This record gives sequence, structure tokens and C-alpha cells, in this order.
Amino acid sequence: MMYDFAYHRARTLDDARAAFRDADDAAYVSGGHSLLPTMKNRLAAPDRLVHLTAIPELRGIARDGDRLVIGAAETHAGVAASPVVQEAIPALAALAGSIGDPQVRHRGTMGGSVANNDPAADYPSAVLGLGATIHTSEREIDADDFFAGMFTTALDEGEIVTRIAFPVPDSAGYAKMRNPASRYALAASFVARFGGDVRVAITGAGSDGVFRWHEAEEALAARFEPGALDGLAVDPDGMMSDMHASAAFRAHLCAVGTARAVANPGRLTLLA
Amino acid sequence: MSDVTINVNGTDRSATVEDRTLLVDFLREALGLTGTHVGCDTSQCGACTVILDGKAVKSCTVLAVMAEGSEVRTIEGLAEGDELHPVQAAFCKHHALQCGFCTPGMIMAAVNILERHGPDIDEALVRHQLEGNLCRCTGYHNIVKAVLDAAQQTRIAAE
Repeated sequence: MMYDFAYHRARTLDDARAAFRDADDAAYVSGGHSLLPTMKNRLAAPDRLVHLTAIPELRGIARDGDRLVIGAAETHAGVAASPVVQEAIPALAALAGSIGDPQVRHRGTMGGSVANNDPAADYPSAVLGLGATIHTSEREIDADDFFAGMFTTALDEGEIVTRIAFPVPDSAGYAKMRNPASRYALAASFVARFGGDVRVAITGAGSDGVFRWHEAEEALAARFEPGALDGLAVDPDGMMSDMHASAAFRAHLCAVGTARAVANPGRLTLLA
Repeated sequence: MSDVTINVNGTDRSATVEDRTLLVDFLREALGLTGTHVGCDTSQCGACTVILDGKAVKSCTVLAVMAEGSEVRTIEGLAEGDELHPVQAAFCKHHALQCGFCTPGMIMAAVNILERHGPDIDEALVRHQLEGNLCRCTGYHNIVKAVLDAAQQTRIAAE
């Protein structure tokens, strides 16, 4: 049983911010598929939950020139099924369709996932790998400045992610090894190519959460094929290590995943 | 406390509940609809699956207050009198259950697969779409068979 709290369904951004400010220890909630389990475990005990999904500014998926703009309250299932996303960045649609399971995808949202910055979540790798811009109730934040370590972001207290704008790449691919029980990423690599520039973002593996693998980016910028990665390795010292996978195995998966993502653009590749 | 009204299986049902009340507890405790089971209570097993506004969800990870004004369908809402829903009938025919604990959630997930994907589905899709429902007895083979047969029966009925 969770500790007791008061629930508020916000209708506008101002309403949400005011409800947050007026409580002693409020939390925003969107799909609730990270926060509610955390509250059941009593690892979080907010006294007020401010529900964001009814705020109109947080909805919608649209192509805006060379950008794909997705509202923070759009669900994983909605992103996966969106013809606009499938057309612009098919690997992003495929990534969304690989999160959790159908029931989770019906509730969980992009904004919630990104704001939570779980080190094994899928979306942070796409946001960082595509060099997206995170729009909030206060400002715009570059992906490179947004993720600040495990479960930590650049968001200030009370700040709300409203939408995320993804530059549409020439190609992108996503490859992951799933934890067979939780289905979170044990290690996954999102690779995006913009002309001669390449970005590689790894989730699930790093002990500070999602990170860019700059060495692989440089090698792939010079020659965009899996073989360009031969001999490159991620340092196991920076990897998580637990009962599911050792640091050395995760480092190995980073390289394998990146090569597979390069070899299979436009889709999801499951390593197992 | 909040007053909550949710349309459950076609009827508006109201109750005053603590804001922390889970949708599954609203169904089981406030309404007495105990067909929806609590298995893991950690969003993993899917035994608590119900259909919320046309989408299968785990009712242990939705607050009752979040479902205010929504439509919910549970296992109790499937049969028409003595006539089982085609998915229920297929589960009987194919022996798609052993202990039966996961069955209500499994059936609601399967009903929602057919609603979202139509009857032209294959085994790979069914297995992928049932990833959110755990069964510790059957090994899933007969469950998948039952869902595919229910789809086949739906195709025949439509012809």
C-alpha cells in the first residue's frame, strides 16, 4: 500500500505548476508506470500527485520541417503506431514499440520516461542519439545538456517537459539486449546519421545512465559501416554490473549493439 | 478522498475512495468484481489486466481517480448471459488454463489484441502482444492456440 497522498488532475500548465508549488512535496505523474511502483515500494512518498496527461500542450505528434515534435504525454503505444513517426524516424517508432509490454505502452509516456532518466530506459538513447531538444514549461534544453546521471536531469524543481523535438536523420537504427525478466535494456545502442555526422547513444549499460560513445561516432563518421567499429571497445570501468550482466558483458554488448544498429537502419534489432 | 464515477461493463459505478486507491482495488473492493486478480502488484504479471477506454492496462498500476470518467471492461463484462465470449469459449476448448489465476487478465489482453489488430493475426503477433501476461502453468502454447482460434472464429462469423 502506498502512503496516502492527494491527487490533482491538471488542466493547464499554470494549474499544474501552481498545484505543485502549493504542496510540501509534490510529484508530477503522467503514465505512472515508474512512479506508482516506486511509491508502492515506499521509495517515494509525495504528498500530492499532479497528473499531467490532460494538459493539451503535452499532446500531439507532428512533423515540423526537418523536426519531428512529440508531446510529452504521448504514450509509447501512440508513438509506435503513429504514421508520422514511422515515416520520419522509423527506428524511433520501433523503439517505442519495444518498451515493456502492450499494457505498459498503453500508459507510459515519452515525457515521463525522459524526465525519470532511468539508466535502463529506452527513450533517453533516442533523445540523446538524435540530439533532440527538450521543451519544458520554462525553456528549451539540448539533449547533450539534459541527462545528468542516473535518475537525474537538468530539470528544475517544478519544471515540466512539454514536448520533444527530434531532428529527422538520414537514417537511424536501434539495437538492444533485453533483460529477459524486466524487458528493460541490459545494453542498447541508438545510432543516427546526419549527412557526415554520426551520433551514438548507449542506454542500459553506463553507471551514470545514458551516454554518447564518441569514439564510435568518429569512426562511423569516417566510414559508416559495422566494420568501422572493429577494435573499438567501451571501457568496462564505466559500466553497471549486477546479477543480470557483468560490466565486461555490458561493454561487449555496447559494441555489438552499435554494429547491429549501423547494419540495420530504420528498425529495431533485438540481440536476444 | 475523491468521488469517482467509472463506467464499468456498461454501467456507471460511483464510489468515494482514497486517492491512493488502485483501479484494481476499486473494482474488487468497492464494486465486488473479484474476477480481476491481483498477481504481483508490481506491473509485471498482467493478471489484473482490464480494458480502459479501449486499451488493455494493468489495473494495479492505474489509480481509480485517474480512470474517473473512463470506460472499463472486466472479465465479468464479456459473456452475454450463459453465452461465453468467443475468447472465453476458445480458452475452454483448447484447455488454455490450468490453475486459472492468470486467466482473466490473459483473456482481457487477448480480447484487446483482437480489438486492436482485427482477426487477421498470426502466432508471432499473439506471442509478442501477450508479453505483458505471465502464466506459470501452461507454457503458453494452448493460450496462443486459443487466441488464434478465437480470431479464426471471428473471421468465420464475419463471412
